[in-house]
Amino acid sequence: MSKSINVALIGNPNTGKSSVFNDLTGLNQKVGNYPGITVEKKEGLCNLERGFKAHILDLPGTYSLNASSLDESVVIELLLNKNDKDFPNVVAVVSDVENLKRNLLLFTQIKDLGLPCILIINMSDMMKRKGISINVEVLEKQLNSKVVLYSSRNKKGIKDLKECLINYRSISKEACLSFKEIDEGYFLNLSKVFPNQNIYKLWLVITQDVNFGNVKRNDFNLTKDIETKSSSELKRLQQKETIKRYQFINSVLKLSYNVDKEKATDLGSKLDRILIHRFWGYAIFFTILLGIFQVIFDWSSLPMDFIDESFSKISSLIKETLPAGLFTDLLSEGIIPGIGGIVIFIPQIAFLFLFISIFEETGYMSRVVFLMDRTMRRFGLSGKSIVPLASGAACAIPAIMATRNIENWKQRLITILVVPFVTCSARLPVYLIMISLVIPDDRIFGINVQGLTLMGLYLIGFGAALLSAFILSKTLKIYSKSFFVVEMPNYKVPLFRNVVFTIFEKTKTFVVEAGKVILAISIILWALASFGYGEKFSNPEKFIVEEEYQNMDDFEKEILSFKLENSFLGNIGKAIEPVIQPIGYDWKIGIAVLSSFAAREVFVGTLSTIYSVDGDSEETIKSRMLNEKDENGNPVFNLASGISLMLFYAFALQCMSTLAIVKKETNSWKWPSYQFIIMGAIAYLVSLLAYQTLI
Amino acid sequence: MTLLDLNKGEKAIISDIETEKLPFKLIEMGCLPGNEIELIQLAPFNDPMYLSVNGCRLSIRRDTAQYISICK
Repeated sequence: MSKSINVALIGNPNTGKSSVFNDLTGLNQKVGNYPGITVEKKEGLCNLERGFKAHILDLPGTYSLNASSLDESVVIELLLNKNDKDFPNVVAVVSDVENLKRNLLLFTQIKDLGLPCILIINMSDMMKRKGISINVEVLEKQLNSKVVLYSSRNKKGIKDLKECLINYRSISKEACLSFKEIDEGYFLNLSKVFPNQNIYKLWLVITQDVNFGNVKRNDFNLTKDIETKSSSELKRLQQKETIKRYQFINSVLKLSYNVDKEKATDLGSKLDRILIHRFWGYAIFFTILLGIFQVIFDWSSLPMDFIDESFSKISSLIKETLPAGLFTDLLSEGIIPGIGGIVIFIPQIAFLFLFISIFEETGYMSRVVFLMDRTMRRFGLSGKSIVPLASGAACAIPAIMATRNIENWKQRLITILVVPFVTCSARLPVYLIMISLVIPDDRIFGINVQGLTLMGLYLIGFGAALLSAFILSKTLKIYSKSFFVVEMPNYKVPLFRNVVFTIFEKTKTFVVEAGKVILAISIILWALASFGYGEKFSNPEKFIVEEEYQNMDDFEKEILSFKLENSFLGNIGKAIEPVIQPIGYDWKIGIAVLSSFAAREVFVGTLSTIYSVDGDSEETIKSRMLNEKDENGNPVFNLASGISLMLFYAFALQCMSTLAIVKKETNSWKWPSYQFIIMGAIAYLVSLLAYQTLI
Repeated sequence: MTLLDLNKGEKAIISDIETEKLPFKLIEMGCLPGNEIELIQLAPFNDPMYLSVNGCRLSIRRDTAQYISICK
């Protein structure tokens, strides 16, 4: 007898399925993707008693086996494919004590597939407050199965559940529903043609639009013995099946489940009255949003500065201690800053997912969707797009990761594609220095023009996101079943453990997936800037005369600047000069724009290297930039080139971390490349227009 | 009469549904003839609608609600 048991955790969304999973597996879990699709695959190991081990697969939340989204089709594909290595020995169906009736629909479906099923009634700690009483023995007898009263909050039922899992072989596999009652002729015939197959399984294969491993749909159309039904007839039969299931469930619950409304407290309705109020609902939501934005922006800056400083300290420490050479340079100028560029995003990602998981856990997210759906729909988005769009103002990376809540693939894709337009915090240093350089510190009607410009840039970003979403929704030819049925779950106090797990998971995904690309490109950029060909790069001392400089420091800086000019990166900058001249940039700005791919804020640092000024101090670099003249003696940074530069940063997708995460979330390089090219083209055209009209 | 004619806070019994047009998910959540349905709240422009049916709270859009016939 095998001591290893395959367990599938299945359940409706909002039943606390992930809490059960976390209880069982603890840190013994692994999160990945199903091959070829971006549906999260969570699995873990659990030690049962007496040497038994369970491999637990946490399947995506689903309301029924009639799949209406990619997530749900994962569940049914697994259950219909006996050859899948994850095919379960036993299914644990997680249900919510307050929504037992609806949750049992899924339970009866899975049981009808002939699998041993355990019913976990979660959140049993709520029973008293809601006036619910359950007779477990009667329920077990009626369902012909095992029932576990469970509470993640009070750590109740875990032991019972483990015991049930060990003894799964004793659980009856008998079906709940008799299909003959639905359409006798049709189903009798079906079982005659396929005598060895489970009838409900056949029925699912006929009605579902999914690819299955073992039974091909075509087999049915080829068989003449089976009457083929039109899709509307099939849907009628499915409806009849659902009615039969509810009849069964009602008869079961009548004997075993009782709600005493007198004893129930209904805090939820009171909360709903405020939280989705036509005025207060929005006021509260935008206040919360503003708060979150502030926190992501403010609280993150402290750890981010710390990370920034630590990594530059490590870099200089390496430079001082290791012998000078290529390897030391690679380490201190390529790899360490590259890793720093990844780690620096962690605080923002962690904070954003702290709030998002609290939104999800409490049930508030559904209310936000309810409030925002109508407005967002006008732009081809979903109510669920509001959170990613707003978080984009902090950073596009966690924002794109947050789009996973949007079930509709088209709306999710559009959200992913437009989020990078929203002004992220990395653009801010570039905007600030450019504004102070080219926008006069005047007032119009008492309003500071510089502040107005900054606000304008934010509005441009948000407007571009909404406008392009609108265009994309009209042009993208993606068929994705679109209907809007959102459950409004009961309000709950979030479980700390679940919140921590979500933050940990999301951060890990980012570090591992996007990290690889960021590190690679950082090293490439470093190599381009540190290597070159020709006499000018290898022997700069021949061209820069030491005696012309007052001290060694200035001389060395000039050498560095000269080497950068003649490096591959410098050569590339010069090569693209004809292209960027029409929008008002010289090759130096070109290099700064190119190196911004590591992170936009690098712009300022690169300029200070090129202009060989001391450190990153904003004042020195600013005065140096003001004095920068072109061949004709005109300032390089004027109103026209300044505006052009800001608009370029507003529209262009020059952030490889974003590209990496889009690749990860869309599972191909197709969308990030489109995004990169189209956003780049828009940026170029807008900057061109601005520069040419202003100059 | 369809669900669109229901006022905020009112309850009614579902009399018929357009099986082919209604998302099956909604049927499975208990939007079936004979069940009681309550309109809890409306978002601005009356869309989406927040309902309670079969002991389950959910929100749907107006274009879906027209396929559910009710009698008060």
